[in-house]
Amino acid sequence: MAALEEEFTLSTVPLGAGPNGLLGVEQSDKTDQFLVTHGGRTVILYKVSDQKPLGSWSVKQGQIITCPAVCNFQTGEFIVVHDNKVLRIWNTENVNLDKVFKATLSAEIYRIHSIQGTEPLVLFKEGAVRGLEALLAEPQQKIETVVSDDEVIKWTKVFMVFRHPVLIFITEKHGNHFAYIQTFSSRTLSKYTLFHGQEEKSVIQNFTASVDRKFISLMSLSSDGCVYETLIPIHPRDPDENQRVVRSLLLKTVVAGNAPSGVALTVLDQDHVAVLGPPLPASKECLSIWNTKFQTLQTSRELPQGTSGQLWYFGENLFMLHGKFLTVIPYKCEVSSLAGALGKLKHSQDPGTHTVPHFVNWETSRGYGFGSQNSEQSKRILRRRKIEVNVPPPAFEQLLSTIKKDSEKDIEVELCKFLAVKRTPDFHAIVGDIVLELLGRHTTEPSFYPRNSLMQLIQTHVLSYSLCPGLMEAALEKTDVQMLQLCLQQFPDIPESITCACLKIFLSISDDSLQETEINMESVSDCSDPVQEKMDEQTEILQNGFNADEQNCDSCDRKLNQKPQDAAEETTSCPVVPKRAALLNAILHSAYSEMFLLPHLKDIPAQHVTIMDWICLLLDANFTVVVMIPEAKRLLLSLYKFVKSQICICSELNKIEVSFRELQKLNQEKNNRELYSIEVLELF
Amino acid sequence: MGEFKVHRVRFFNYVPSGIRCVAYNNQSNRLAVSRTDGTVEIYNLSANYFQEKFFPGHESRATEALCWAKGQRLFSGGLNGEIIEYDLQALNIKYAMDAFGGPIWSMAVSPCGSQLLVGCEDGSVKLFQITPDKIQFERNFDRQKSRILSLSWHPSGTHIAAGSIDYISVFDVKSGSAVHKMLVDRQYMGVSKRKCIIWGVAFLSDGTVISVDSAGKVQFWDSATGTLVKNHLIANADVQSIAVSDQEDSFVVGTAEGTVFHFQLVSVTSNSSEKQWVRTKPFQHHTHDVRAVAHSPTALISGGTDTHLVIRPLMEKVEVKNYDAALRKITFPHRRLISCSKKRHLLLFQFAHHLELWRLGSTVATGKNGDTLPLSKDADHLLHLKTKGPENIICSCISPCGSWIAYSTTSRFFLYRLNYEHDNISLQRVSKMPAFLRSALQILFSEDSTKLFVASNQGSLHIIRLLEGSFKHLHTFQPQSGTVESMCLLAVSPDGNWLAASGTSAGVHVYNIKHLKLHCTVPAYNFPVTALAIAPSTNNLVIAHSDQQPLPNDKTLLYNPLPPTNESDVIRRRTAHAFKISKIYKPLLFMDLLDERTLVAVERPLDDIIAQLPPPIKKKKFGT
Repeated sequence: MAALEEEFTLSTVPLGAGPNGLLGVEQSDKTDQFLVTHGGRTVILYKVSDQKPLGSWSVKQGQIITCPAVCNFQTGEFIVVHDNKVLRIWNTENVNLDKVFKATLSAEIYRIHSIQGTEPLVLFKEGAVRGLEALLAEPQQKIETVVSDDEVIKWTKVFMVFRHPVLIFITEKHGNHFAYIQTFSSRTLSKYTLFHGQEEKSVIQNFTASVDRKFISLMSLSSDGCVYETLIPIHPRDPDENQRVVRSLLLKTVVAGNAPSGVALTVLDQDHVAVLGPPLPASKECLSIWNTKFQTLQTSRELPQGTSGQLWYFGENLFMLHGKFLTVIPYKCEVSSLAGALGKLKHSQDPGTHTVPHFVNWETSRGYGFGSQNSEQSKRILRRRKIEVNVPPPAFEQLLSTIKKDSEKDIEVELCKFLAVKRTPDFHAIVGDIVLELLGRHTTEPSFYPRNSLMQLIQTHVLSYSLCPGLMEAALEKTDVQMLQLCLQQFPDIPESITCACLKIFLSISDDSLQETEINMESVSDCSDPVQEKMDEQTEILQNGFNADEQNCDSCDRKLNQKPQDAAEETTSCPVVPKRAALLNAILHSAYSEMFLLPHLKDIPAQHVTIMDWICLLLDANFTVVVMIPEAKRLLLSLYKFVKSQICICSELNKIEVSFRELQKLNQEKNNRELYSIEVLELF
Repeated sequence: MGEFKVHRVRFFNYVPSGIRCVAYNNQSNRLAVSRTDGTVEIYNLSANYFQEKFFPGHESRATEALCWAKGQRLFSGGLNGEIIEYDLQALNIKYAMDAFGGPIWSMAVSPCGSQLLVGCEDGSVKLFQITPDKIQFERNFDRQKSRILSLSWHPSGTHIAAGSIDYISVFDVKSGSAVHKMLVDRQYMGVSKRKCIIWGVAFLSDGTVISVDSAGKVQFWDSATGTLVKNHLIANADVQSIAVSDQEDSFVVGTAEGTVFHFQLVSVTSNSSEKQWVRTKPFQHHTHDVRAVAHSPTALISGGTDTHLVIRPLMEKVEVKNYDAALRKITFPHRRLISCSKKRHLLLFQFAHHLELWRLGSTVATGKNGDTLPLSKDADHLLHLKTKGPENIICSCISPCGSWIAYSTTSRFFLYRLNYEHDNISLQRVSKMPAFLRSALQILFSEDSTKLFVASNQGSLHIIRLLEGSFKHLHTFQPQSGTVESMCLLAVSPDGNWLAASGTSAGVHVYNIKHLKLHCTVPAYNFPVTALAIAPSTNNLVIAHSDQQPLPNDKTLLYNPLPPTNESDVIRRRTAHAFKISKIYKPLLFMDLLDERTLVAVERPLDDIIAQLPPPIKKKKFGT
């Protein structure tokens, strides 16, 4: 969930809006340090967490900074442009900007871009781009003109795509906007005309962009208050041709149209954007975080003293002017995940499971020694438990020696004998030892894999992962999915790394080999065979002379289902075969903690991303948000149906319980009525 | 043997009081049980769980804590703020002492048995020194902000743990100051409860403090650091009691849902010394709150609102199969609450604060075995006699002729004369009872209703001659020198010549009433006497002991003989047996012969008792 934290003010010096205001905020090569360029003459380096300046540099009287200072990440030096053409390069040790390195260029600079992983790039006002080093080698070199007359650069940004920088800049000419993409890997420049679509009248006020593998997603905030998205391919099919790209509506009316002090937009991550501006024409200005995927407002913060329509986002901090001061609002967006959602679910269920303690019938489980021993011993020794507790029974010794040398078959026979003997209190520990012994032989003798014996031991329900470490590893090594499934169902303490390894195997195992293995399908038993289902639909079955379907609560759902049924059958069928689904269910039902699981989940190879996407899509947001997406409708319907039938069952069961109690009460009353009687008793 | 008309009486509406505390004494293998009406009972676990002693209840004396101290001394504390010591020989209260801290909620005797701690309503923990004949206040510990509901000593006696509301304090005994304060999470299934009451604490020798609380948790704390080590959520309701075994390898907790959980210290793996507390067995022998638990070396003992005392033997500790290996559920007091007037067919029922007199019905019909005969007259409730004062009735008796009723409380003895005129009954109290008669433990009338025998709590036995409307003291048998043991059981021979009396441990004394002297003493058997009777024609004294073994040897078969229909005489003779068994009755509180062919049996079905208890915590079986 996206959240804005407490804001704080960075500069103590009041800043004016407009040209004397804030020119830019840029990252420096050290985390937490930012270069703030004040319009006019000053560059200040701030340490944000301490809210204090580390250094301040000014240009001479008469000079004016025209472009925000940036940090060259490769050298750690700072670069600033004053009077459009003069470059100054310095570092923290320099005090006076007047005495540092200076280079005068032949053309006016629009912006210097500097990002991690590449040298700074200089964008000239005429649209040409140069690397800094090439420029410094020959400052007076001729700079070509790219844009036509009257065409003005409005906005620019640089990205790293496959380790090469890609620069985008937007120009405007007579109300039309053009996008130029300069790639440095192939040294191509492509030009696009931004086609406004229907909203011709609106004026674009602000841009932001993010990059995917193939596209730059350019977002623009228009004067009608809506956010539009334009997808621009990074590598065009025909770079020479002037292409048109159409923008589409992304978010509707996030700010009031024609805000007086300007609005701003910046992309935070894949799904979130920050918007600065008044949400309603009359209201105060606000910083709002929107989720673009679900079109929801996540959070907002009022800025009552007004702002300047400038917004920067680096790392976890949003920078903006609030009143006359530079303000920082830390922003956090915890990625909600399936693991988190399920983990929470599990937790909330936990106390519930405790409430129904299944009581062991102690007499039968503990006291089955009674009958046999009574007849044997006149003294009626109940049990010689004390001896058994300390010394494992002889069958155990026998079994251990069998494990050391005999064949798998012999071990199975001995194991059966051993398991038939009654259980001692340390039974779990003994079973753990047997498994370790078996695994020990398996490691020294890899062909020895006593699968049946191990399965039998797991099914004693007393093992846990910590009692027999290595068992699951051996099963993983053998790709024994059946055993893994059993372990996942039985062991309460599987480390998350093993759970992930299991998941990896379950996802990667081929459908053919799955077909051959025997897997417990209990968890997916309700996903009946589609063929069977169809047959059921065709034949109307009368139960006890009436149609059960029309009687029960399903009838209302039927109407809902009927229309999309055929279409849905194809599109929403489970992307995995039932056997794999059973295995995945075993994973989902196993216990894990989100914190430990997440790092391992990252190891899941990319070819399984579809399934991960599918799962994440399901829950990658809050429930309230999920219910709003149309894709969830079917899920919700079936959930609704399921819950309804559960409630039905519960209420019927409760009714039965109450009826039984009434019967019992009646029975008691019958007995109670006979408070006194005279009976005949004959003793023989 | 013969045919009997049996009056099956189920209208004795007796409901035992709920159990509040239990305290187990390892040295004597005895169990003290206190009930909500203030009654304290002593069970001898070696003698087949026989309830050998009891101290009658008192309306204002609700016991909240009970404990044993060195030298088999028993103390209790209650809501009236008094610490009471019981005299286990004379069966009375030795003294009561105000602790001046408001109601007492908890009590604990130091491991050496010479110091007594009480936890009070005002948040104070008070230390008393146990002197040979009394207790002496020593000092207060740091006062806490709310009532102290549970206390436990560290086995070394240097520290104590005290459970209060929302937190547990650990005190240093030497300085009396709190060393640690361990705050307990109020959260209950994600919901913050208003308060979390620490119902019980147990201090183990390794420094672990185990607490049980109203949020359903069993928690393990490290007292050295004051940190929570482990948490078991075991119930949806309060966990109300805890008891640890002497070896500290096992403990038991009781919940308000009626469940008792057994926790054991179990090795993690077979060859490691690392051990872990594991919840091993749940038992559901109760329907209501388990207010108190105890842990004897071989059994888990629990009791609560549903009035049963349940003794669940730990099967792994039991060596020989005998009565000790069976689950015990003790519901009824091991003493007589009913007496019968044979002549007038009357039954006198004794309740805590009143007596009820009923007349049995009659029939003229006859029938064969198992028939229920039509009543020509139903049973009648004749009289409801309420006691005065807050004390419970100890014992009561109606004379065989039906003209006298006597009962006693701790401080007063009452005798009434009943007059019958057709259907009207008038009741007249005999005034000016002698002072020595107060506090009787047992009352008995002679068969001809002319003499009254009263066993007092000082060990003496009084004989009183009854006249029309008055009485005369005939004789007092003083206890043998050196013994103060009280007589609890009396039996008189039908011819009126012999009186047998028995205490809890010494033998049975037989007195000659004609000559007013001790006739003989039957040597003491190693199990206490539970019932006495003298046979009518032979004057044989029959004694039942608590080991429940009336049979010659183990091999004797006990079964209900079948009607002699088609079996030969030989078989019948071979299976003939002195004991005839009928299993058709619900728990029997009283059985007597009204005449040669008429029996009266008073049954008390357990269902009827449960029906009168408050409803238990409802556990929904289906749905959420």
